[in-house]
Amino acid sequence: MSLQKNYLDVPGTTIFDAEQSRKGYHLNQFCMSLMKAENRERFKADERAYLDEWAMTEEQKQAVLARDLNRCIALGGNIYFLAKIGATDGKSFQQMAGSMTGMTEEEYRDMMIHGGRSVEGNRVVGEDGDAQAQHQPQGKAGHSAQKASA
Amino acid sequence: MAKITASVYTSHVPAIGAALDLGKSNEPYWQPVFKGYEFGKQWIKENPPDVIFLVYNDHATAFSLDMIPTFAIGTAAEFQPADEGWGPRPVPTVIGHPELAAHIAQSVIQDDFDLTIVNKMDVDHGLTVPLSLMFGQPPADDFRWPCPVIPFAVNVVQYPVPSGKRCFNLGKAIRKAVESFDQPLNVQIWGTGGMSHQLQGPRAGLINKEFDNAFLDRLIADPEGQASVPHIDYVREAGSEGIELVMWLIARGAMDDIDPAPLVAVAPDATKSVPANAHPVSVKHRFYHVPASNTAVGHLILENT
Repeated sequence: MSLQKNYLDVPGTTIFDAEQSRKGYHLNQFCMSLMKAENRERFKADERAYLDEWAMTEEQKQAVLARDLNRCIALGGNIYFLAKIGATDGKSFQQMAGSMTGMTEEEYRDMMIHGGRSVEGNRVVGEDGDAQAQHQPQGKAGHSAQKASA
Repeated sequence: MAKITASVYTSHVPAIGAALDLGKSNEPYWQPVFKGYEFGKQWIKENPPDVIFLVYNDHATAFSLDMIPTFAIGTAAEFQPADEGWGPRPVPTVIGHPELAAHIAQSVIQDDFDLTIVNKMDVDHGLTVPLSLMFGQPPADDFRWPCPVIPFAVNVVQYPVPSGKRCFNLGKAIRKAVESFDQPLNVQIWGTGGMSHQLQGPRAGLINKEFDNAFLDRLIADPEGQASVPHIDYVREAGSEGIELVMWLIARGAMDDIDPAPLVAVAPDATKSVPANAHPVSVKHRFYHVPASNTAVGHLILENT
């Protein structure tokens, strides 16, 4: 009960530990099933029906249908598993990672070309970096005040 | 007697594989990445290994949440490139070395490392991208990798993952195992993954050049000290997926300049360096570039002297 999880105060980050794994088991196993071409076809043909074959929660199903990867991760998903959904959609890892920041694909790609996101202000919850909760969403989608401080 | 002659370290970014497979390696975005591997491609032609012991992580490919082993050694005769969702990479089947792999499993498990022995598994970009980077694309009329490969998968996906210290000590046990194999094999050990990157959440895209370069410095000159750095430092400084770097410590621990006794504890900030009279390692090549997709790319070649 008193296990120390010293990674819980890293902003904008969910560590996929045994607890998350337990929550996300069926969601992640659904993702794994998309490694077979025939299953990708079946999923694409009727997403809802395919999801209903899995013992996922309704919340998890809705998050998948909405392609809300942050929500999927909060509900126990892991990015390497969720990547199979992106692969099914023909998306790259960069498109998937970028989608979780609120930035457009172009904005995110541009950030990476210019050296990526800085760790400054993004080490601990409560600092003022661009990954902190108060600065979401990022990019053009964010508020003008957020853009000014980015 | 088999002998580890060199260690190779490299990131294994999936987009690098995609760029190679789709013929994009000459695009301006990718040119600097592949330029950093030109030395290595030439070096490995001049120093061809008989076997590669390739440390990597499975990315939800061979191991689902049904079970994820902490350390898994591939003892099969061959391993197929996996369909990770985009279709399998168009690269050759990976040929294993079942005799050496079984020997290493026998030795390392008796040295208290609980390896899972895997007789069937597909291998993903974590293993095939490093092979592509070092060997290039095999020609159609001779479509094979130049040597057998023993896949060694480390869990860095589902926490808790093994500590740097445990990985470093495991490298020592692997070296001992290789050196007790009764065939004159030239073995290279490769450590892959990293460098700084984060693929999830609002902090996605994190890159930390200072951390990465300090890691490279210390991996070379003070690997024991680096082995004592806790996970949280990697997560905070190098991103949630930067933790893959602990796998480089397995390869580093297998080099000749390392004291074979297990590392018990070194304070994270200790500056214990390699004794001057030990067998020094030779730094053949060092490369760092940002970005490849979401990730910083690092590459190092160390030779035993």
